[in-house]
Formats: sequence, structure tokens, C-alpha cells
Amino acid sequence: MRKYTPKNNVQGKAKYTDRFWVAPRVPHESVEADGHFAAVHRHVGQKVEILDAYVELGQLVIHIRPEDNIAALEVLKNTCDYAMCSELSAIDYLAQDGEFEVFYQLLNLKKAKRVRILTRIKENQAIESIVPLYAMANFAEREMYDMFGIQVNNHPYLKRIIMPDDWVGHPLRKTYPLQGDEHAAWYEVDKIFGKEYRDIIGPENRDPGHIDRYDSQRFSRVGYEVPFGVDVTEGEAEQPIEYSKQILVDYTRGSEVLDTRK
Amino acid sequence: MAQHQVNYASAGGLPVALTTVDKLLNWGRANSLWPMTYGLACCAIEMMATGASRFDFDRMGVIFRASPRQSDVLILAGTLSKKHAEFARRLYDQMPDPKWVISMGSCANTGGMFNTYATVQGVDRIVPVDIYLPGCAPRPETLQYAVMMLQKKINRQSGNMNNNPKQRFV
Repeated sequence: MRKYTPKNNVQGKAKYTDRFWVAPRVPHESVEADGHFAAVHRHVGQKVEILDAYVELGQLVIHIRPEDNIAALEVLKNTCDYAMCSELSAIDYLAQDGEFEVFYQLLNLKKAKRVRILTRIKENQAIESIVPLYAMANFAEREMYDMFGIQVNNHPYLKRIIMPDDWVGHPLRKTYPLQGDEHAAWYEVDKIFGKEYRDIIGPENRDPGHIDRYDSQRFSRVGYEVPFGVDVTEGEAEQPIEYSKQILVDYTRGSEVLDTRK
Repeated sequence: MAQHQVNYASAGGLPVALTTVDKLLNWGRANSLWPMTYGLACCAIEMMATGASRFDFDRMGVIFRASPRQSDVLILAGTLSKKHAEFARRLYDQMPDPKWVISMGSCANTGGMFNTYATVQGVDRIVPVDIYLPGCAPRPETLQYAVMMLQKKINRQSGNMNNNPKQRFV
């Protein structure tokens, strides 16, 4: 029998996940099927140790050790004509493997072929910068450092590129909360006014649809208008709204409004 | 009353207008609102369209100024990121009094669809807002309506800005 998972908090989740969904797997083809890729594989294999290699969706994928990244990319750029590094970043597999996967996506402009170099590093392991080979890696490695906290050795200017310099945490890690940690929640208040203004400004309202029926300053009370800012609690303790019994009209008993709280 | 005497209490066709200083000041302020040329996201595209010839903001006395020193309305048009909040507040601080703020669009009002770590959840967390303009993005007519509402609000205010019970938390 299937394991029972509670479903009462499905709406509260950031994203609904279908438990029957299976990630599609793309078939891996042999490297020898394509003459060009076979040659690339041979050239790279002469320089560095190849952990795994296959052709996926018409692109050659080569797994290498992280300390070999400069040597492998040098061969690809100088010998195999991969003149362009179109993308470089990381994927967070810390939860399942305890590692980051760093990928370098290369493009051969003469033959319109693409090669992806994959390498795995541990959480606190640094990787060598490829800026001497590909100048575009400057911003991409800064973004990788900013978003994942991966240190890049010998980078000319390793500094956060998207988040502010005094930001705490690395937002693209799977462990980073979607709505931010405590530092993120108070960032603009701390920066502009100082920490002592947290009490005055108050926490963020993360529910824009929130209606506070006791707040007569920011919410109108259609049909039951009261002066601006007047206290409407009438000594009543604040209680959550119960829609089904109090707001709705019971038509079996005529058109009497059952909400007596107004 | 003798014929040669002028009755100052009623103009009687003479080019005399009697008013209070408040009304005169508010008339001048409300009819020459100069917003700052300051766009944050896609709402700024609508703001630009509002200023261009088809919708023609100039006919309402609204002229976009390129400096906060010369503006009296800050239209926060679009998503305000937490990184940029500091600078939006600095621009607001650089504007001379009297000044007003229009929060344009859902993102500026509440953070909108960006319920994330990097977006300010409502610009009223950093500046006092006079008009909240809903929409995603609001059409140019809506922005013009917001300015007309702001003019109404200004006309209700006291001419002496020190007496205004405006929310100023700093």
C-alpha cells in the first residue's frame, strides 16, 4: 500500500508537487555515434581523466574531476575550436549527494556543436577560475559565488553580482527559504532606518489578500462604514473570521443576515 | 453706499478674487505636480506612455523632471527590490518638501506576485505613500486618475505643511 502523505497543507506549500510525477530521462547515446564528438572525447581524454561521457540531446557531456577543469577547457578551446563558453553555473545537489554540480556549456561556432563539462565539488571546496580562458566567465563565476557560495580561486574580482554586498546567505541553495530568512525579511529596514525601527515598521505582510476587519484605517467596511481610525472592536477579543456560519445568509430562514458581529 | 465707494466684500464684476492663502497655495501645488523620471519595472513603461503625446500628462501640469531636487511627486512604478530600496529612499529624502508619493501597481503596493526574499513587500515599508494605485500594470488613464485623486487630496490639506498629519516615520 502507498505511504500516506498529509494533504491538508497543499495550498500552503509554495508549489504543489504531484507525487506521481517522474522526472523524464533523456536517452544517452554513445560518444562514438558522432565523429566530431568522438574526436573531442579522444583529445580531452589524452589530457585529463574522463569519469563519464555520453551524448545527450545532440550535445556531448563529459564528467571530469574538479581540479582538471582548466586543463579540459584548454583542450576544448585551443584544439577543438570551442571558442565560446555560453553558460557556467552550478546546481545544488547538497541534499541528495552532498555536492554541487558545476557545469560549463561550450559552443563550437564553426561546426555548431555544443559540449557540456560537468564536475562535482563538495560544499566547502573551491574551484579554479576559467577567466584566463573565457572572459565571459568573470560575471558567471561571480553569480555562481553569489547564488551558491562556491569559492572560485584566482578570480580577478570575486564579489557578489546580484545580491547586495552585505547580504547574508546564498539564495539559490535549496536550503534557502523562498521568502527569505530573518536577515532578508528585515534587510531594507535595517539598511535604511536601523534595527531599532523594526518594532515601528513591523513585520512584512506576506499575504496581500489579508483582510483585518478590526483595522478601520486601511480597510473599508462596505455597508457598515465607520469613521477613519475608530476602534470597532467594541471590547470584543480579536478572533479569526469564520466565514461559513457567520457571513453567509441562510436562505431557508428568509433573507436575514446572520452576521451579528457588525 | 455711495457710488464711488468699492464694496470689497463682493467683487461686483471687478477683477478681484478673494481666497485664503491655503487655497492659493494648494491651487499652485496641485496644478503643477512634477514627478521624478524614475521607473523601476514594467509599470514605468505605462508611466512613459502617460507622459507621451497620446495620453499627454502635460495638460494636467504634470511634467517629469530628471532630478529629485526639482520634483515633488515620487511615482514608485514597479517592483522594488531590497537591494534598490536604499536608493529609492535616498531619492525620496532628496526631494524638497512638500512632496507626495504614488505607489503605482501591485508590486509597489504589496510586493504583488513577487512573494520572494528579494522584493520589498510594499513600498510603504520605506516611504510614506499618499496614493495606492492598483493594477498590473495600471493603464495610463489610471495613473492620470491617481494624479487627479492626489490633486483632490492636496486641495484638502492645509497650506502649512507642518500641520499635516502625514505619516512620517523618520
